[in-house]
Amino acid sequence: MSVYSKRFDGRGFDELRSMSAKVGVIPRADGSAMFQIGKTMAYAAVYGPRDLHPKFMQNPETGILRVNYNMMPFSGHGNRVRPGGGRRSKEISMVIQNALLPVLNLKEYPNAVVDIFVELPQTDAGTRCAAITAAAMALADAGLEMKDLVCAVAAGRVMDKVVLDLNYLEDSHEDGADIPVAILPNSGKVTLLQMDGEVTREQLKEAITKAKDACKKIYELQKAALKERFVRE
Amino acid sequence: MYQEQKAHLLRALVKNVRYDGRKALEFRQITVEYGISASAEGSARVRIGGTEVLAGVKLDLGKPYPDTPDKGNLMVNAELLPMSNPKFETGPPGEQATEIARVVDRAIRESKCIDVHKLCIKEGELVWGVNIDICSMNDEGNLQDAACLAALAALKDARLPKMTENNEIDYEAKKTDEKLPIAREPVEVTVVKVGEHFFVDLLSDEEILIEARLTVAVTEKGTICALQKGGQAQLSVDDIDKMVEIAQKLAPSLRKAL
Repeated sequence: MSVYSKRFDGRGFDELRSMSAKVGVIPRADGSAMFQIGKTMAYAAVYGPRDLHPKFMQNPETGILRVNYNMMPFSGHGNRVRPGGGRRSKEISMVIQNALLPVLNLKEYPNAVVDIFVELPQTDAGTRCAAITAAAMALADAGLEMKDLVCAVAAGRVMDKVVLDLNYLEDSHEDGADIPVAILPNSGKVTLLQMDGEVTREQLKEAITKAKDACKKIYELQKAALKERFVRE
Repeated sequence: MYQEQKAHLLRALVKNVRYDGRKALEFRQITVEYGISASAEGSARVRIGGTEVLAGVKLDLGKPYPDTPDKGNLMVNAELLPMSNPKFETGPPGEQATEIARVVDRAIRESKCIDVHKLCIKEGELVWGVNIDICSMNDEGNLQDAACLAALAALKDARLPKMTENNEIDYEAKKTDEKLPIAREPVEVTVVKVGEHFFVDLLSDEEILIEARLTVAVTEKGTICALQKGGQAQLSVDDIDKMVEIAQKLAPSLRKAL
């Protein structure tokens, strides 16, 4: 097996790319946030709870969460991304929804919907994780009751090493694996887990453990960004 | 439905005041930021007051159209993101998005803003295609003028990517320093008529009152390179002349933000 002695961009194996976060970036939305990690940038806007149409989708027991993940046409590596989304964005929207739903309590809003729109103007792998991190802040900004925030980062394997926060070159490396993980920072529970590639059980455990640790840093950044929006001197 | 609001607006307009304190023919503050997406060959963010749009340029290499074998291709698309306005929905572009894209397209195409001959690498075989995508981030009114300015800014920001020996784009390599052949600078000013009054740069709250609007694309020479009348009310020849004059007068102040 080949040895991954130094990361393509020179980072330490457990080192995240530089991050920034800002809350309240879309004034028209009920809640919004931006999260950037390396060159991957996600905007999330929350609308609702609001009326849900078509009516047959309404649930009289609880409000529902709807997520729409979208890459802007010029945001991809290489060719233009055709607008309108495909199977990939449909699946990602669904897993993001499942990653966020456990922290929400929408029972108070029967028949209503909370919409989250995620848009990516530039990408360098790790988009679903950036989307979740941004969306969690946007939900908090919208003033929705939340049991916890949600933080996400991709762990993975490149050659013989378990690494964190893969960039495009690592993500697309033929000998490796990509493991996006979403964590509830206070309980430490996992709400999103996917993988493509091939790993051993030990490597998987190491990857998830490292992702969990890394999420603490993301959590601190989320809290700081939310405080900046709401705490006045 | 909007009669009260309309009456209120008209009373204010007589005093030459707007909801946000502006004069009838005054734009909100305009800012342009370049290079907001490293994934695009060129990109820009335009803010007009609280309205924010992003535009990105992606270049591709392909065959020219048979009727223009020595010219590059141009495509303009607008996405009214549901993020930017609670009324916008997901799905294929609706009427408003299509109109915005087509009117921006006309301004750029008809002014010969891009010297499309210079996009030709080998006649009949290989030309650059310029794809402009405009995305609304926050809609507080006047997306049309913001969209056109953002498209022009993204074009000016664009750098050609490196080509491989097989005439394909080398996305792994750094972009070259070569800019797109931008020859002209068309900007759009939408002038609106409510009652007997003209005004520009409408807020979303004001846009619902529009009776007739005229989007005028003005070149840096002051000539007009595209028009689009919107709204259901009729315009007289005098109205049109006045609206064009207003657009011509205001266009340089938008161009100055570039």
